[in-house]
Amino acid sequence: MMMLAELDVVLLSRIQFALTIMFHYLFPPLTIGMGVVIVYLEGMFLRTRDPLYEEAARFWTRIFAVNFAIGVATGIVMEFEFGTNWATYSRFVGDVFGSALAAEGIFAFFLESGFLAVLVFGWDKVSPGFHFFAALMVSLGSIFSSIWITVANSWQQTPAGHEIVPMLRDGKPWVINGEVIRRAEISDFWAMVFNPSTVHRLVHVWLGCFILGSAFVMSISAWYVLKGRHREFAERSFTGALLLATISSLAILVSGHEQAKNVYETQPAKLAAFEAHFQTGQGNLSLFGIPDAEQETIRMNLAIPGGLGLLLFGDSEQEVIGLDKFREEDRPPVALSFYSYHLMIAIGGFFILATLLACWLLIRGRLFQQRWLLWLFVLAVIPAFAANEAGWVAAEVGRQPWIVYPPFEKSAEGKLQLTDAGQFIYDESQGLRTTDAVSQFISAGQVLGSIIMFAAIYLLLFIIWVYVLHQKISHGPVPVPRRDEKSPGKGGWEAATSWQQHQESLTDTRE
Amino acid sequence: MDLNLIWFVLLGILLAGYAILDGFDLGVGILHPLARSDDERRLVMSSIGPIWDGNEVWLITFGGALFAAFPEAYATIFSAFYTPFMLLLFCLIFRAVSLEFRSKVHSPVWRRLWDFAFFAASLLASFLFGVTVANGLLGIPLNERGEFTGGIHDLLGPYPIMVGLMTVAMLAVHGGLFLHLKTAGSTQKMFYRSIWHAWGFYLVMWNLVTMYTLVKVPRATPNFEHFPWAIGVVVLNVLAIANIPRCIYLRQVGQAFLSSSLGILCQVILVGVALFPNLVTASNNLDFSLTIYTAASSQKTLGIMLVIAIIGMPMVLSYTAIVYWTFRGKVTESVY
Repeated sequence: MMMLAELDVVLLSRIQFALTIMFHYLFPPLTIGMGVVIVYLEGMFLRTRDPLYEEAARFWTRIFAVNFAIGVATGIVMEFEFGTNWATYSRFVGDVFGSALAAEGIFAFFLESGFLAVLVFGWDKVSPGFHFFAALMVSLGSIFSSIWITVANSWQQTPAGHEIVPMLRDGKPWVINGEVIRRAEISDFWAMVFNPSTVHRLVHVWLGCFILGSAFVMSISAWYVLKGRHREFAERSFTGALLLATISSLAILVSGHEQAKNVYETQPAKLAAFEAHFQTGQGNLSLFGIPDAEQETIRMNLAIPGGLGLLLFGDSEQEVIGLDKFREEDRPPVALSFYSYHLMIAIGGFFILATLLACWLLIRGRLFQQRWLLWLFVLAVIPAFAANEAGWVAAEVGRQPWIVYPPFEKSAEGKLQLTDAGQFIYDESQGLRTTDAVSQFISAGQVLGSIIMFAAIYLLLFIIWVYVLHQKISHGPVPVPRRDEKSPGKGGWEAATSWQQHQESLTDTRE
Repeated sequence: MDLNLIWFVLLGILLAGYAILDGFDLGVGILHPLARSDDERRLVMSSIGPIWDGNEVWLITFGGALFAAFPEAYATIFSAFYTPFMLLLFCLIFRAVSLEFRSKVHSPVWRRLWDFAFFAASLLASFLFGVTVANGLLGIPLNERGEFTGGIHDLLGPYPIMVGLMTVAMLAVHGGLFLHLKTAGSTQKMFYRSIWHAWGFYLVMWNLVTMYTLVKVPRATPNFEHFPWAIGVVVLNVLAIANIPRCIYLRQVGQAFLSSSLGILCQVILVGVALFPNLVTASNNLDFSLTIYTAASSQKTLGIMLVIAIIGMPMVLSYTAIVYWTFRGKVTESVY
């Protein structure tokens, strides 16, 4: 009974974390991607002084602010949950993981929120140059934020730059009930920051954000084109976003390939789960199938024989480590890893085809007559969201059963230790199981209560978000009168000292 | 001054920054129902429209810094206060949502609903902050590992409720002064009256809490013998609170707002002095308390974090200053 209650807290806390992080993660990639689009539009306006660019930048800023507001409101939850639900984890990793979170607060959040006010409220008050600077700072802030949080997560996946040491009490190791209390401490800050997977994952996250941001812009623009509204604005926004989406879609293929190789080197069990590669041996690349972990096989499998080996080593014959090399209790859940990973890749493939086709038609001057393709882009924002979410589901579920990934057990000479059955053994003293990571004295009832509340509030938030977006999109961009060349606007300082009024809220600025 | 103490002080600065800056945001929410018309309610919200988000970042950074510098304390506090902190999160979300989306639908019912959410969330959040601090002063039951072993009923005694109410009153005064600075005409007159009422309530609660603390919270006072300078902070706190009515009577509201901020700063310092060197006091066995030495990260990490803070904090202060300077002045009546 006691065991069941403990299990409940673990399971419920995982559900709560998944719910809150997946809802939160709808917004940051959107703001990161759109931030780049806004910086581009404002930069073009500075160069060309074409008011259409300013009109576009203003419109996208209003949409950006709505996304940003929800991103902030749901982001605070994440920081609290490490302590409320995952206290044992926090004690174990705080020295390392906490630093990255604190750096995110100091370097990223203040920068974003400070300049956001200027970005949203400053159109008629500051010079275009200063406004461009504010846009750049907001965009930079959101990118800094992604750096620190990816560093923190990557450290969980491929820990480095730290040591697991006993905690000290009065200079001696702290022992409770005969057990030495240990935790991770930073030994080399930059090795921790640039742990083996940070750069791969960060590049991948950024490209995913760019695709989502541009898919979002293309969706709304394509809708305007289809409805025959704001044609010039819509076509220009679409073209800019298409360029970003095409480059990012092609780049993410390369990045994904490199990352898969990195995962195989650092977390082979995870890649085996992604591919539902049960038996060590020739690695087949499954394109479609239903993995069956009980029978250790993939049903209705459509696979390229040797494809996995080919991708990993350039050799289809080479042996790929399968799940059979890991003890049952050390294997990640296969079905969820497999589906989310394949969903992400399928959507990536879709974006490559769709954007290349659109580019080709654009060059031929026929893109904006292809109604079916425009409708496709109106809807394509949904798979773009799904791919970003699925990528993280794969990354996090594939990391299980560990919350901090341990290395393999090695002998003094550095030789891998294997069980009699030839399976790898993890050095558990160097990592932490997810089941051991939750807070000790919270009850299942407490967690269940908060899950219900979050579900209700987030559903409400989601409805409001869609409603407000719909309103803003229906309202559309508003033409900006051409600026008088003789009064080029004010510098930041001058504007700040003369500014007397502002409007209601971040998401509600007056034209 | 060792690194642990430096981080204790830095956390105090972040907490004071949050309490002063988001404090008036919360106070504005508490006073919001006093506004008489839809336009006036909208105006009240407008006064914090561009800055609430930046103010909440102080809380996020405080949380992150606590996690990094004193992970044991972070883990104990956040898991011990599971239910209050979840409620706090809901309040913060509802505040954000009501601020941003209240005016998006032109329906009186919709707006009254969000008006109420804004008020209730601000009130409850202020109260919960007070409850948390009071429990910090009382101490909470911990086991040898520093894990909270009590239940929710341990957190809601008479003292936490009193401190919660005092916090509500304190922030109502603070928010009222901010609104007085930000509005004009009849709205300003109305808030002029409400500041007096809120201050009266604050005075009563402050006295009750002070007496209760001196009599019933023995752990709160011994440190004043080690740190005689802290008596000066108490005096300053009293003077700051007393200066508020003098200034509002003389219509020097800017100065009153500074006094109120100084009062909040003093309260944070006094809480810090009372706790020191504990971060979490164990009420059942003092040896189980988490101090700034037993709850801390390694010296190396504290040093790295200090470098981050030295690079980051001046930048933070300069953005904050730019934004406040930018949005100084009155919010206008003609919002639409």
